[in-house]
Amino acid sequence: MTTLDSSKEIQKNNSEVNETHEDFRMFGLITFLIADGMTFAGFFAAYLTYKAVNPLPDGAIYELELPIPTLNTILLLVSSATFHKAGKALLKDKNSDSQKWLFFTAFLGIIFLICQLFEYFHLPFGLTDNLFASTFYALTGFHGLHVTLGTLMILIIAWQSRINGGRLNSQNMFPLEAVELYWHFVDGIWVILFIILYLL
Amino acid sequence: MTISIDPQKTNNESLQPKGWLRYFSFSLDHKVIGIQYLVCGFLFYLIGGTLASAIRIELASPMSDFMPRDVYNQVLTLHGTIMIFLWIVPVVNGAFGNYLIPFYVGARDMAFPRLNAVAFWLIPPSGLMLVASYFVEGAAQAGWTAYPPLSITTPQSGQIIWILSVLLLGGSSIFGGINFIATIIKLRRPGLKLMQLPMYCWAMLGTSLLVVLSTPVLAGTLILLSFDIIAKTGFFNPVLGGNVVVYQHLFWFYSHPAVYIMVLPAFGLVSEILPVHARKPLFGYTTMVFSIMGIVVLGLVVWAHHMFTSGTPPWMRLFFTIATAFIAVPTGIKFFNWVATLWGGKISINSAMLFSCGFIINFVFGGITGVALAQVPFDIHVHDTYFVVAHFHYIVYGGTVFIIFSSIYHWFPKVTGKMLNEKLGILHFIITFIGFNLCFAPQHWLGLNGMPRRVAEYDPQFQLVNQISSLGALLMAISTIPFLINVFLSVRNGKDAGNNPWNALTPEWLTSSPPPVENWEGEAPLVEEPYGYGK
Repeated sequence: MTTLDSSKEIQKNNSEVNETHEDFRMFGLITFLIADGMTFAGFFAAYLTYKAVNPLPDGAIYELELPIPTLNTILLLVSSATFHKAGKALLKDKNSDSQKWLFFTAFLGIIFLICQLFEYFHLPFGLTDNLFASTFYALTGFHGLHVTLGTLMILIIAWQSRINGGRLNSQNMFPLEAVELYWHFVDGIWVILFIILYLL
Repeated sequence: MTISIDPQKTNNESLQPKGWLRYFSFSLDHKVIGIQYLVCGFLFYLIGGTLASAIRIELASPMSDFMPRDVYNQVLTLHGTIMIFLWIVPVVNGAFGNYLIPFYVGARDMAFPRLNAVAFWLIPPSGLMLVASYFVEGAAQAGWTAYPPLSITTPQSGQIIWILSVLLLGGSSIFGGINFIATIIKLRRPGLKLMQLPMYCWAMLGTSLLVVLSTPVLAGTLILLSFDIIAKTGFFNPVLGGNVVVYQHLFWFYSHPAVYIMVLPAFGLVSEILPVHARKPLFGYTTMVFSIMGIVVLGLVVWAHHMFTSGTPPWMRLFFTIATAFIAVPTGIKFFNWVATLWGGKISINSAMLFSCGFIINFVFGGITGVALAQVPFDIHVHDTYFVVAHFHYIVYGGTVFIIFSSIYHWFPKVTGKMLNEKLGILHFIITFIGFNLCFAPQHWLGLNGMPRRVAEYDPQFQLVNQISSLGALLMAISTIPFLINVFLSVRNGKDAGNNPWNALTPEWLTSSPPPVENWEGEAPLVEEPYGYGK
């Protein structure tokens, strides 16, 4: 496969299959998610170190209100379940059911982001007020970026699982499975973030 | 997904490489990408080498008369960053890894060819960005470590471009690492067991694990640093309540493993080269494998030995000293295995062998000073002096760069089908070896006597030794000339190499030179004993 042209040529000859290998795209994705998780691990380590050794100035606010983040946790956990439903439906070739579940998942993701923004606008501190504030915005912002990307990817695969002309079906499940794994990963990170940032 | 490959199609002329232009294209062939990495890295090596020469010219006299002090700082920052992120890491991982790993696992390409091409094509633009950052107002001058508060108080535009460029290079490195892990674990030819793989595969597996686990932490750290610079947050700014030591911890969590990312692949390559030219099996294959994995595990938990003067608490000093001293065990095992491989072999004295032996000599020297530096009382004495510079260059130049040259002499016939000129090669080795040791051995003395690193001016009593060191640097610069002449002449009209000029047994030599697009004419050979010499 030297150039794009020649790789097309190889695909034309799909009928004469001589060599195959197993699908390891999921393996690659898991490796990538481990790397991504290490970025978060670095942020968490920095946050916990600051909490341990850097006292905040007098009068700094570092207590957070719990209702919105608790709602957000529930939203993401429910969205993980609805995504799972979408996968089950696609496996049975019920594309339109799958699409409905996907749109609902994306909707939950968007609600999550709106709640997050609402929280940002009503917090009593800004990005540069103190170390806690900076770390708070950096951590939740970086996670929010992941949720944004995830929501966009869910909308893309929802479009691709349409009945006429869509690429996704029970034979080609990988894009949906990949985004699903990514989405569960983002949820898991949120649970850790919720515990460390809001509860501890 | 099943990838289907038709061997008949492989012989088709339309699939054969189309001249040198393919090296400038978004090629998916792992061999083309490997050469792209190598040539691109070498061009940046020439830039970084020029900067190194400028540093040594400046240091030939005690006053800062060749360039102003801030320019000196900018030059050494650019030198360090280019040499690490654009020469050593891409070449010793990307170039040789991409070229050799698919052969070693018996595959036709890497696991993710497109990701592979993306990983390479991130490098030239970010390299150009890095070089361009020198020319903006206020180039980066905080060294390759970019320690705050220096990096957030010096002029900022250059520093920000520097951060962006290193982030892109880190991304490229992570993509490469994912690809290597998937290729080695998942793409092995049926019947090929893990413990039958050539040693370079193990070295690359270990290196890629380190890349995947530690590079993202550097990315996160640099993002926080750029927040400090652009948005004026206070993560690492003590004035705003931040903590500079947190940066050092996060930075060295990547950058100590980065030393192994630079040197483990060289361990793998020398383990390929020595058995071929000594005509003996690699001594202690199993211990080599476990040493590599031991270095990977230990390499992740020793980072704070760079920070003994940063107010590190005593228990941390104790832990990191002991952990670092432990790394000497697997490294020592590897060293003695290489010597035992040479012992009683039918050694051919050629350029590849000479550079490999040069590596062993230099590396044991750098390793011993490394163990010394891990001891707190000694480290506090020589911290941030030229002793550290000497130690570091003994590992990275005397170790890894010697192996890069050795590998070029060893695999040039495979890549081009032509032999390199041995006389020019041996001349190259002699000048490099003498120049390198002349340049860096005296720096141990300078450091022990207290000459600080990263300063353009020094006490006049050090002038003579600094001039000896600069003379060595001049020889190192000259040594590039016979190498370039050699490569240029040999590509055009070198002696035909045939398919296997060294009578080697590893799989890449069992195909034609240069290899066909999909690596093998028919099925990939099953090599159960890659080092079965002398049987």
